[in-house]
Amino acid sequence: MSDAEMPQEPPAEPGIPEGEPPEDRASSEMYRRVTGIGTSAGRAMVVPALAVLTALIIGAFIIAVTDVDTLSVWGDDPAEAFRLTVSGIFDAYRALLVGSVGSLDAISETLFAAAPMILAGLAVAVGFQAGLFNIGVNGQMHIGGMAALWVGFTFAIPAVFHVPLVIAAAIAGGALWAALAGFLKARTGAHEVITTIMLNFIALFLVDYLLKSSLFQAPGRNDPISQPANPTSVFVTLFSDYRLNIGFIVALLAVAFVWWLMYRTTIGFEFRAVGYSPSGGRYAGMSVAWVYVSVMAVSGALAGIAGANQVVGLEPYRGISNFAGNVGFDAIALALLGRSHPVGVLFAGLLFGGLRAGGREMQGAAGIPIDLVLVLQALIIVMIAAPELVRAIYRVKTPDQEITTVTSTGWGA
Amino acid sequence: MTAVSDASEQLTSTRATPAEKRATAVGIVLVLLAAFTFWAFGLDVDSGFESQFNLSLPGARYENLSWVVDSRAVGFIVALVLAFLGGFILRRSHLKWTNLSLSVGLALFVFSFLTWAAADGAFSFVGMLTSTVVLSVPVTLGALTGLMCERVAVINIAIEGQLLTSAFVGTIVGSAAGIWVGLFAAMLTGALLGAVLAVLAIKYRMDQIIAGVVINIFALGLTSFLARRVLAQSQELNSPGRFGSVKIPFLGDIPVIGPMFFDHNMFVYITFILVIALHFGLFYTRWGLRSRSVGEHPKAADTVGINVYRTRYRNVILGGVIAGFGGGFLTLAQVSRFEENLTAGIGFIGLAALIFGRWRPLGVLAAGLVFGFARALQQKLGILGTPIPSEFLSMTPYIVTIIVVAGVVGRARPPAADGQPYIKD
Amino acid sequence: MTLELRGITKQFPGVLANDDVNLSASEGEIVALLGENGAGKTTLMNILYGLYTPTAGEVIVDGKALVLESPADAIDAGIGMVHQHFMLVPVFTVAENVVLGDEPTKRMGWLDSRRAKKTVTDISGRYGLDVDPDAIVEDLPVGFQQRVEIIKVLAREARFLVFDEPTSVLTPPEVERFFEIVNGLKADGKGIIFISHKLGEALEIADRIVIMRRGKTVAEVNPRDVDEPKLAELMVGRPVDLVVNRTESDPGDVVLSVNDLTVLDDRGRNAVDRLSIEVRAGEIVGIAGVQGNGQTELVESLTGMRPSLGGVVRLKGLDVTSKSPRAIHNLDVAHVPEDRQKSGLVLQFTVTENIVLDSYHQAPISRGVRMDWGQATDRALRLVEEYDVRTPSTEVKVSTLSGGNQQKVIVAREFDRDVTLVIASQPTRGIDVGSIEYIHSRIVEERDAGAAVLIVSSELDEIMALSDRILVMYEGRVVAEFDGSASTTDIGLAMLGSRPDEEAS
Repeated sequence: MSDAEMPQEPPAEPGIPEGEPPEDRASSEMYRRVTGIGTSAGRAMVVPALAVLTALIIGAFIIAVTDVDTLSVWGDDPAEAFRLTVSGIFDAYRALLVGSVGSLDAISETLFAAAPMILAGLAVAVGFQAGLFNIGVNGQMHIGGMAALWVGFTFAIPAVFHVPLVIAAAIAGGALWAALAGFLKARTGAHEVITTIMLNFIALFLVDYLLKSSLFQAPGRNDPISQPANPTSVFVTLFSDYRLNIGFIVALLAVAFVWWLMYRTTIGFEFRAVGYSPSGGRYAGMSVAWVYVSVMAVSGALAGIAGANQVVGLEPYRGISNFAGNVGFDAIALALLGRSHPVGVLFAGLLFGGLRAGGREMQGAAGIPIDLVLVLQALIIVMIAAPELVRAIYRVKTPDQEITTVTSTGWGA
Repeated sequence: MTAVSDASEQLTSTRATPAEKRATAVGIVLVLLAAFTFWAFGLDVDSGFESQFNLSLPGARYENLSWVVDSRAVGFIVALVLAFLGGFILRRSHLKWTNLSLSVGLALFVFSFLTWAAADGAFSFVGMLTSTVVLSVPVTLGALTGLMCERVAVINIAIEGQLLTSAFVGTIVGSAAGIWVGLFAAMLTGALLGAVLAVLAIKYRMDQIIAGVVINIFALGLTSFLARRVLAQSQELNSPGRFGSVKIPFLGDIPVIGPMFFDHNMFVYITFILVIALHFGLFYTRWGLRSRSVGEHPKAADTVGINVYRTRYRNVILGGVIAGFGGGFLTLAQVSRFEENLTAGIGFIGLAALIFGRWRPLGVLAAGLVFGFARALQQKLGILGTPIPSEFLSMTPYIVTIIVVAGVVGRARPPAADGQPYIKD
Repeated sequence: MTLELRGITKQFPGVLANDDVNLSASEGEIVALLGENGAGKTTLMNILYGLYTPTAGEVIVDGKALVLESPADAIDAGIGMVHQHFMLVPVFTVAENVVLGDEPTKRMGWLDSRRAKKTVTDISGRYGLDVDPDAIVEDLPVGFQQRVEIIKVLAREARFLVFDEPTSVLTPPEVERFFEIVNGLKADGKGIIFISHKLGEALEIADRIVIMRRGKTVAEVNPRDVDEPKLAELMVGRPVDLVVNRTESDPGDVVLSVNDLTVLDDRGRNAVDRLSIEVRAGEIVGIAGVQGNGQTELVESLTGMRPSLGGVVRLKGLDVTSKSPRAIHNLDVAHVPEDRQKSGLVLQFTVTENIVLDSYHQAPISRGVRMDWGQATDRALRLVEEYDVRTPSTEVKVSTLSGGNQQKVIVAREFDRDVTLVIASQPTRGIDVGSIEYIHSRIVEERDAGAAVLIVSSELDEIMALSDRILVMYEGRVVAEFDGSASTTDIGLAMLGSRPDEEAS
């Protein structure tokens, strides 16, 4: 048996990294298993940190070249123009910082903004780990949010029962809407990327229709706006004077739940097995169809809670057109930044919550449209998803990390 | 070897092949549609109502052509035909005819629906067909972009972002320097984003769907940011003017066909020419053979000396040029101003059209026309004032997309290497 | 004119695939390159064909050192290669495949399909290859696909042809036909390098045999001076017992009975066509046949991975037709799947996770929905020990193990209980001799313990070494049955579809 140790020849077909020394992966894998947290923390942070830094630098450049007023100054007085540009960038980023962590109120705002993002990010992350790309968080938030809203204004029961009931409704709404895409994939092979995007649009119009229907519309109004949820159903604030409410606690509970589900249960084992290899999962006796449907349901449930947060966690506790906003898309960036690990998503959510809270300050104080945050997010994901880019820019060695599992190979249709 | 037993022979016939199962499903759908048509478009329509389909546009050379039918009779006849088709398919004796019957059945159903919608009224049939062609253009161009990429095995989810960004750039440059320069800039922008996708997907082997989604987020963020920071302050940069219609002599005067195909802006004509050119290019030229080989079996292509990476870069970037052209159409021909997120999913519908069109240029055109029809229907029905809420009409194209990708037409085979990065040494 | 590889060294991260390898071939000469799986033969050939760049060493043609950076360079140097996995585009025609990369065109890059077809018919006629230029490649039998590859190489005017494991997909009669073609090429003055791990074939066809072991060329011999055991020893580095030790079988009750089974393949054709077989306890039944004659679909259907269209499958009398994989697994069926990387393992999972892949839902690995990772690790450690899986830890990803050890993980998982039926498909494909011997002995042990065993393999040698009974599958049916001592020729003929009993009836 002396030959058994001999390494395999690199296979003819691409795909499987061959011949890499197992030690590095072994230790990080064990560490992950023991702690439940990503690869050895210090090195794992290098790429995300550099990604954020690079995004901020490019963002500064964008602020500079779109500063229409200052651009005309360059011809007359370059020094003055330079000073204006630098101070413009400085003002913008200072506002970003102050607005996110500059005061207790700012921190409250950051956590407040982070809550729905963490929930929505978890939704995408659960999908990623099971090999499904749920771009439909936006739609699932809408449907979940509408269900929560209906329960919120229809019943009048003590808050201890009402709030959980609202959350349950949101879970049911989001889960059903998402499971539809899972069912279509399992049954017909329709790719979830396309179906979930389409379901987003459909949900958007459905919400508009419902908001103008007698079921939801606020009495005496003609525009799409709902009655307010009853006070017993809304997410109560944690501290007086601050907006931070129990939505954030719900998000933390969801992080713990998702971690337990994915790494400590047979359900999570199936999700991950099918995510890495549907044929392997099928061979092991798992029902791939069931996994697709249930993964989407879990993902949609989390999205639904995020949707509830947008109506019963936010003044004036009413449904309006497109109340989910951009959170559903931020969630994709977030899941990638958090490497689809629940704890990673938590930290990424805090970062994005900070960007969001700070972005509002930036828009108000420095006049930079908050859409810049979207650009920053996109840049961050590019560098997270293609770490070689960061390595190339900074010439650093970073560990290979892969908890995100989605690999697109065709449409399966 | 064991002898054949009679008992198992019977078992053989009890289990259905996938084609037979499909026929059953299609047959049931047709029968249900027949029942619905009978009730909703037949019984429920007042007798004596007539539906008028106008076959010419106001001011055309042959004016006031129209076709009038008895609304109720159409409902009954269509219901009858649908029931017959359904029954025929349910017998499962002619499996090859399943798709044809479904297509005919759906077309008849839509016709019956229109008759119902136009009962006791008039409806501009040619107007709808003409907008079908116009509205199919961005979807078809988006799908052709996807075709260029996926034929060399690069999945392009970023079509939406490419359309949006090039529409934006086309608006600004077009406002500042004229529509032709604007169009050129739009195409350049599409190509640039194509190049970004190509680098991420080919060089950095990033997951292609993630790469596409990132480009979309980036595009949405950047265009919204710039629209607010730049366009909002300088409105003069948001009115580029537009390419007008060029009516083709003689052909443009033919009733129905003329307005549908021969009285449009140049984007429409070029889209049709592009479809035909790509069809021949892909299947009859060296470029096409090499491109397809790269999409089907890149290693085989590599071993005969074809540069897989270069082929992929080139085609993805060329696809970007097409997307840029489509973006130009949106703001330099269809409307002449930019609004945040004005593409509203057209790029994704284009992707569905690519799948529906089975990765073939002519199929893509047909799919594009189906989606164009869905949008045109939505617009015209809005004008007619049917009892259907406008939000549900707005959903139509998206619902059609889901039905299409869920396999109304059965499953097609994408390029074998679609989505897989090619790794060399 | 000669082709020479001098001092080739290729270092992959963590693996030295080629270590100072030397090899040469002259025109009109057939050189066999022998070595077991993983010896570095394919790496060497990929270097020769410009697919890999060597870490050190050079390729010399006619005394000139060449820089081969791409296959295009190799083609220019007159080197052609017939790969083990054919480099053909399945949906293209023969003519399109042959001219790809070197297309005859009219104006504006328009393909000249007439000239393309003429190229094919000319070469096909000259060497008697009998290939239709308009046929779609995926519709051709494997033997003909190989001829398309040969035409492709000849159309590029190659002077040196490299064949990588060319006979692994052929039936014995096809192998004979293939050798005739190769000898024809040799007579035409081509230099030929023949890569193989099959000793008999190398002895039969080669003028010279070069042997590789663990990335090094260890010997060069004249086929007239050696015999098979000697070659095997040189190849593996120790004396090898080429025969599997097993006693006579003692068949018991019927365990698996298949009646008139019909199964569709992915393209909707009857891949398995009213097939009937029986496997009894305590016997090994081998299914021989050229790949693509329905074996894959048969195994998938028996193990619940693919629905059947007609027929009945019974396990110990119980109807299990179209039952789920788990239901069949729960009836103590062990399944070693054809493609270990695609379905047998989840490559990104650890050894532990893969060990419990089939039992994660049962106590003691889980209780309710809660996984007990302690129990899982204990089982993994025990099986790794028991089945001699060489791994640094049970917590490494299984993708980092060698093919042989990956296969042992599967065998350990599947055999670790009282098994009534073993279904093993290509159980030793692409793994080293040590692991092959080990897995074969384990399979025989299961038989001796009373399990019914069904082996599917495209390696006729493996079927003959293991089976008590041999069934030959052709176009979805069993066309012949032999006992374990049948001759290769008879089985080979049956693999081509001729039924020995047909003339009789």
